[in-house]
Amino acid sequence: MISAVEPKNARANNGRLPRTPQRPVEREVRPAPDRYRNPIGRYKVRRSADCRSCGLCVELCPHGVHQKPAGYSLTLRPRDYLCIGPACAETDHFCIERCPNHALSLARNPTADAIGDPRWTSDLILSTWHQAETGHAPAGGLEFQHGASGGGFDKLRFRFPEQPPVALDAGEIDTGLELNRRNDGRPRVHIDLPVYGGGMSFGSVSIHTMLARARAATAWNTFSCTGEGGYPERLEPYDDHMITQVATGLFGVREETIQRVRIVEFKYAQGAKPGLGGHLLGDKNTPDVARMRQAVAGNALFSPFPFHSVYSVEDHKKHLDWIKMTNPKALVSVKVSTPTDVDMVAVGSYFAGAHIIHLDGSYGGTGAAPDIAKKNIAMPIEYAVPKVHKFLVAEGIRDEVVLIASGGIRTAHDVLKAIALGADSVVVGTAELVALGCIRCGSCESGRGCARGIATTDPELMLQVDIDWGTQRLINLFAAWREQFVDVLRRFGMPSIAEFRGRTDCLYHLDYAKEGEAARA
Amino acid sequence: MPKRYHVPIVPAPARFRPVGKYGTVDWREDCSRCKNCVKLQCVYDVYRSEYAYNSDPSLPVEPPFDCRACLSCIQGCTKGLLSLSVNPEYLALGDDYWHPDMIAATWDQAETGRIPVSGAGYRGPFSGPGFDSIWTDMSEIVRPTRDGIHGREYINTSVDIGPKPTHLVFGPDGELGTARPILEVPVPVILDIPPWAPPSEAILSARIAAAAALGTLTVVRPSDAAAATPDQISSLAPLFEEPEFTQHESMLRGVRMVEIADGANTLSHSEQLHAINPDLVVCARVRLEPAATERVWSLYQGGIKVIHLCADTQGREIGAERPRFVKDVLREIHVRLIQEGVRDEVTLIASGGIALPEHVAKAIICGADLVAVGVPLMVALGCRVCPGDHNGSCPADIQSIDASYATQRMVNLMGAWHSQLIEVLGAMGIREVRRLRGEVGRAMFQEDLEREAFGDLGG
Repeated sequence: MISAVEPKNARANNGRLPRTPQRPVEREVRPAPDRYRNPIGRYKVRRSADCRSCGLCVELCPHGVHQKPAGYSLTLRPRDYLCIGPACAETDHFCIERCPNHALSLARNPTADAIGDPRWTSDLILSTWHQAETGHAPAGGLEFQHGASGGGFDKLRFRFPEQPPVALDAGEIDTGLELNRRNDGRPRVHIDLPVYGGGMSFGSVSIHTMLARARAATAWNTFSCTGEGGYPERLEPYDDHMITQVATGLFGVREETIQRVRIVEFKYAQGAKPGLGGHLLGDKNTPDVARMRQAVAGNALFSPFPFHSVYSVEDHKKHLDWIKMTNPKALVSVKVSTPTDVDMVAVGSYFAGAHIIHLDGSYGGTGAAPDIAKKNIAMPIEYAVPKVHKFLVAEGIRDEVVLIASGGIRTAHDVLKAIALGADSVVVGTAELVALGCIRCGSCESGRGCARGIATTDPELMLQVDIDWGTQRLINLFAAWREQFVDVLRRFGMPSIAEFRGRTDCLYHLDYAKEGEAARA
Repeated sequence: MPKRYHVPIVPAPARFRPVGKYGTVDWREDCSRCKNCVKLQCVYDVYRSEYAYNSDPSLPVEPPFDCRACLSCIQGCTKGLLSLSVNPEYLALGDDYWHPDMIAATWDQAETGRIPVSGAGYRGPFSGPGFDSIWTDMSEIVRPTRDGIHGREYINTSVDIGPKPTHLVFGPDGELGTARPILEVPVPVILDIPPWAPPSEAILSARIAAAAALGTLTVVRPSDAAAATPDQISSLAPLFEEPEFTQHESMLRGVRMVEIADGANTLSHSEQLHAINPDLVVCARVRLEPAATERVWSLYQGGIKVIHLCADTQGREIGAERPRFVKDVLREIHVRLIQEGVRDEVTLIASGGIALPEHVAKAIICGADLVAVGVPLMVALGCRVCPGDHNGSCPADIQSIDASYATQRMVNLMGAWHSQLIEVLGAMGIREVRRLRGEVGRAMFQEDLEREAFGDLGG
């Protein structure tokens, strides 16, 4: 590593720029409670004026709903987001029954019932918050494995053997992955989780959000991606865990930003708006954003579709060669959407020299996209992954390229299902934002941007997300996910996640399952 | 640069307070008056605008209609008094086919004429019956075999209606024969008679004026043709249930297309119409019954080259025991005409169940040349698609609507649809909506995708 005091334009370091000292981030689960005053849970517990503050409920509740700190004469407002609801009535510590003054009442929280949608159900949002807070899957009640969209991942289940064929300890199970299979002399980049963060530009999200993602990626020895909005200087201490995205608008793409990272991603299309290009509304193009993108503040910025320099696979190869020449140590990822001929696109990218083929399915996230595109254009990732996987296998090149799936990966179980369908690994975006407190209200694009301070560049709103808190929430989420990866692999008796790839025999589909399995589900 | 097609969009705000999706519920008796009220910090200033509305003592207190459910107030309230709820009135909008979100999105487009855009990913079910089991394609790298994108302003949405000759015809002396004229409409949508509408002259006039402004056609009953001004006559496509042609001769000389309800005498009626106006495009309006494919073929053989296929309002076959969806019947008819080698001579107009802009593209992919819409025009005016017979009192008071306002709402909606059709065509790398017809290669059907992806997951 070269000293940081050297001038930035000195072409030392094998012709590359001097590197900023890299800053490690500790991979440790610590509680990261909801940042709002009133966290949301499935149930509401109300305390009426009949309460005599006897403190019995405080003694009874093992979940910490009731609290009466030392020196307080009154019991605090119930922390009802921790309540497990009517299931507690089976126990001997059900506060509602036991309260001598009948001052407590329990009801479903209407807010929890009002949020969510079939893809990200209320349960998935609440359980993702729980995992981000605690680092573990929710213990009971909340459905944290799948949504209610009625298709795709939500209809797939694991076909667990009754007993694992091989008894494995959790510590023996490897969830890591190598991202270079080409033997082309470039580094064999290893990640510790089969998950990395998708591209979200500076402009679409705040610098705090970007930093939290980059730092969590550093902690988990995986990656986060700049998106198409330039490479903010504050990310430089995490260069080894950043991916520079080169997209059609080429905003903020400079030789130096390509040279400082280990992976460069070409974004040909985005699943949520395939074939349409990107659009940052003028309101979000603040002076900081404009400077980073070398644009004029306040103007709407368009990323056109497609790359107008690429009209063939040969042009595509030229594109990849350009990056490979600029950074001789970088791996190149190609992010494409999922048209009907996605298998041919993948093979073309392989022959053009891509190390990573990243498929972004049509139900993926976005900062702004026409609703008609999100719903209708291109196929969901659940269909694209097996299609491409089988085709690459048939072409005999499957083991020379890493196939990554994104666009609608919400849970740890979605990750595993995508891998069983044929992906090596996945990219997530929305799940990270939900961990940071996103409620999926869909207003990222309007006015000052995200009311919850995540997808905004508004100097006031963005302060809602503290960098350390956000980092911890994401570290916790990935810790909870890893626990689930390990648990599922252990039940299948597989020592490595790499073995799980393409194992469709480990899955069944609720619509086509044999009777016994459907009943068990 | 050639003149571009332009839809004259002018914002037309809702006449009444729209039905909002979310509301907040609070228990004011516990409020501590902390002066720190999160309602005042609402990023969208919803509470302040609500206050202006709700402070009028003559009006009932109503929930915020533009609340975006960001939960900032709910999670920030000092005493945790607020809860979010979904407005039951919102959930009650529509019927089995028209869901509340579709109605709200249509209102919005009729107001602004803009493409609905939002953040975050798709939030609906994975797939659904009918058009929701089709995904349209996109072109990853624009290749020479595809049209390429040369700017959206160059994407052509015009279609032809009429008998299209496949070759030149010469007379006995070698002179060039004359073919019947075809007519071109700049959008692949014509405005149909809505299946329900209150008796209002204004709505009829608005529909005619909207068709004229859009450059397309509108189907009207012959007796209603009088509502058109002389310069709007050419935008009419009168629908004759009975052969009352002689009573309407002067109107028939001014219109370009006529629809006749299909029956035993369709062919002779067509001849009578051509006797009055040889340049008329005569369209048979056929109910989409199980025998529709055969009927289309026999109409073709009898010389009828323009056929309007009408499914029910939810896009289902009529009179079938297990009705198929319009997309499946369209594919069958389209393929039959290809097999007979006559597809290019025929114009198919599809209607019934066309509720969203993607339905236009998907119906065309399945084999229609263009579509006709009725219900969306009513929704543009504020209709809530109440279930039942629509004979009760209208909650949107549509009968009192002003004609020029109604015209603008319809024009705005079609303008938004036109823009969205261009988005879909642009993503496909297709430059001409005529080339989309029957292009099932530019669509993905769920049954095929499921078989390919999950076919081996059964046993």
